[in-house]
Amino acid sequence: MIETLIGIISAAMLLTGGAFAVIGGIGVVRFPDVYTRLHAGGVTDTIAPLLIVGGLVLLSGWHLLSFKLLLILLFLLFTTPTASHATARAAMAAGIKPVTKDGHRRSGAPSSNT
Amino acid sequence: MASVLLATILAIFTTMALALWRAIRGPSVFDTIVGVNVFGTKTVLLIALIAYFSGNNDLVDVALVYALINFLAVIAVLKLVRQRDLAASREPADD
Repeated sequence: MIETLIGIISAAMLLTGGAFAVIGGIGVVRFPDVYTRLHAGGVTDTIAPLLIVGGLVLLSGWHLLSFKLLLILLFLLFTTPTASHATARAAMAAGIKPVTKDGHRRSGAPSSNT
Repeated sequence: MASVLLATILAIFTTMALALWRAIRGPSVFDTIVGVNVFGTKTVLLIALIAYFSGNNDLVDVALVYALINFLAVIAVLKLVRQRDLAASREPADD
């Protein structure tokens, strides 16, 4: 009974994580700008490991494997937003302007807090 | 459960193909870095999923090491692009 429930929850988490990953991949290909691509890639890079590794942890139960997977999840949750932030900051420092709503690149003084 | 794992592995493969497309096509070097970053994270997930799919539990250690290497690689490439020198300790002069 309880194993069936855990199996169903784990399968739902794995499939949802896979769906989020594919959505993020489509966003990385189709968005027009470095920053929008970074938004698609960075956000789904945080939620997809959370769901997929969480589903695998539920699948394995109390085991050494669960501890290693939680360690992977911890590292990914710390490092992926850091890498995304570093990429956006480097792109801003290199002078790449974000595209605005009407499709033009914004002109003028660059933002000062980069 | 094996079919669920297989479906998730195929979804991860699709995402890796899309990220590789962006990394190859990227107009600027930062698009390439975004694609490589997404590709590396999905590689970690793929290795963990394959460890469960094939029953070979040692592969989880490989995924753990790859997660660390991926982050260090992205930061090192960003520093190399920005400062053109991995040993530099300050911002380069604007030219």
